[in-house]
Amino acid sequence: MFKIVAQRILIAIPTLIGVSILAFSLIRLVPGDPILLLLGERGVSKEMYIDIQQKLGLDKPVIEQYFYFLSNAAKGDFGVSIVSKKPVFDEFISRFPATVELGFLAMFWSIIIGIPLGVVAAIKRKTFFDYFLMSGALVGYSMPIFWWGLMLILVFSVGLGWTPVSGRISPFFDVDPVTGFMLIDSLKSPEGWGAFVSSLKHLILPSVVLGTIPMAAIARMTRSGLLEVLKKDYIRTAKAKGLSFYTIVIKHAFRNALIPVVTVIGLMFGTILTGAILTETIFAWPGIGRWIVASVTSRDYPVIQGGVMLIAFVVIFVNMIVDLLYVWIDPKLRDS
Amino acid sequence: MTQYKEFLKKLKRNTGAKISLALLGVLCFFALFAPFIAPFDPTQIFDGQLKLPPFWLDGGEFKFLLGTDDLGRDQLSRLIYGARVSLGVGALVVILALSVGLVLGVISGYAGGWVDSLIMRIVDVLMSMPSILLAIVIVSILGPSLINGVIAVSVMALPAFIRIVRASVMAEKHALYVVAGQNFGASHLRQVFINILPNVAAPIIVQATLGFSDGILNIAALGFLGLGAQAPTSEWGTMLADARSYIETAPWLVTMPGVCILIAVLTFNILGDGLRDILDPKLR
Repeated sequence: MFKIVAQRILIAIPTLIGVSILAFSLIRLVPGDPILLLLGERGVSKEMYIDIQQKLGLDKPVIEQYFYFLSNAAKGDFGVSIVSKKPVFDEFISRFPATVELGFLAMFWSIIIGIPLGVVAAIKRKTFFDYFLMSGALVGYSMPIFWWGLMLILVFSVGLGWTPVSGRISPFFDVDPVTGFMLIDSLKSPEGWGAFVSSLKHLILPSVVLGTIPMAAIARMTRSGLLEVLKKDYIRTAKAKGLSFYTIVIKHAFRNALIPVVTVIGLMFGTILTGAILTETIFAWPGIGRWIVASVTSRDYPVIQGGVMLIAFVVIFVNMIVDLLYVWIDPKLRDS
Repeated sequence: MTQYKEFLKKLKRNTGAKISLALLGVLCFFALFAPFIAPFDPTQIFDGQLKLPPFWLDGGEFKFLLGTDDLGRDQLSRLIYGARVSLGVGALVVILALSVGLVLGVISGYAGGWVDSLIMRIVDVLMSMPSILLAIVIVSILGPSLINGVIAVSVMALPAFIRIVRASVMAEKHALYVVAGQNFGASHLRQVFINILPNVAAPIIVQATLGFSDGILNIAALGFLGLGAQAPTSEWGTMLADARSYIETAPWLVTMPGVCILIAVLTFNILGDGLRDILDPKLR
């Protein structure tokens, strides 16, 4: 196992370097003086100009500039946002928990609903139920989630008034951001339970929207995975032994059908991060997705550059964990 | 020819594929003949007729079947012209991503060695970014416009094409018929384009179909974020973004562009599923 972990880390290194080259080039590919782009074009004093020029080593050869950039990044220095004047890294850290909370809940819905739906569709194969569920999954899979979010707002927030339109918690509650996860912080706040309910209400619509595509993908994969396994010889043996249908499906087939499902769940982390960019924009959710979109609109280049790099690092890290999980679940992979 | 006949026979039995082809026909019809079908010019502004509801709601008029938007433009005409943009973008994205993906995938899979490693590392980098993020990076360099959006969305689609072509070529590279071709002195180009590719066309065709739906969805997403098509282009995602602020007063303006996006994306996803069943039963 140690060898595998080391191997995965080694594989990730070229990707990390590639991402850093991309982020480094970004600011130099945009037409215009990179220093002015990084400082925002208005009100640049001579000292500030020279200061950042030296910090980035812009008077040095490009290769040297890249190593300046890398060593700054390694120290957690990704520059300063033009808009907020705060370090990019601090901005990222303060917003990251909001995205994790949203993504985690979306993944939770999609797994606890997607897997049972897929199992039911497989068991009831070629019945009305199966066709109904799988058509639904196909629609869910094709869903433009930015529109889906607006439709849910239209029905549940505007029409029925059940859920709030945007934000993480009602402004009436004063919650201290200790962990950054609103569900936990709200419980610790003086209002406790009431604040928790408010933050949960704010989370429901965005997480359902974000979980829609993963849920559909998981349901489809569970169904086809289970159907594949149900054809196997050992299932026929189990039937011949006279085991009940329930035992066969749950104990013998389901576990083996889960391997491709785990693969899909792993792939869905990327989808969730992409979806988060759209979902956060619709629901004014203060996470990294909305932050990065806003930075493009306001041409806040230090944030784009640093944000892209930090997000890519997270994705690479998550993919590494998912890879290791496969090996843990499927021992056959350990030999290769 | 018999292969083709067999394909048609299987197509006739596949309900999903038939439905999606019919839908595709309708979409293409709207896109091709938009100027003849649309009742008005999509940019024509009718003064004083802002945010009219569709004809079946109170205050709606038959003149504007699906109502008018916040500037007084006919919603139906804009939606019809939107089909043009979306299908056009889908086609462009598939052509761009497929041609570049084919070249890089073939080189990677056929040559192997360090060339393969280099191309695959680049693919890894592209895949380590959430796809919309990659598009955002490209748009932030090039500036927001429909064409730059198309470039960005094509780059997003590229990794999938490269990987699928590479995997197919690698799988066939050592097949007997390819080795035989080599012994008869077939050139590399002949080996790749005449011997190998026709045999691995099925998964690539399926991927191209799915590439259409991704392209349509992603250009709409960029439009929605304000990073794709710019006003006054009648693009569905951009229309949705414009209508967002009127969600309470004019919900129909938000509903319809989304329905159009969903139908277009769904059409290509069903078609892709159907083609996969027909062309390559192994993949199921």
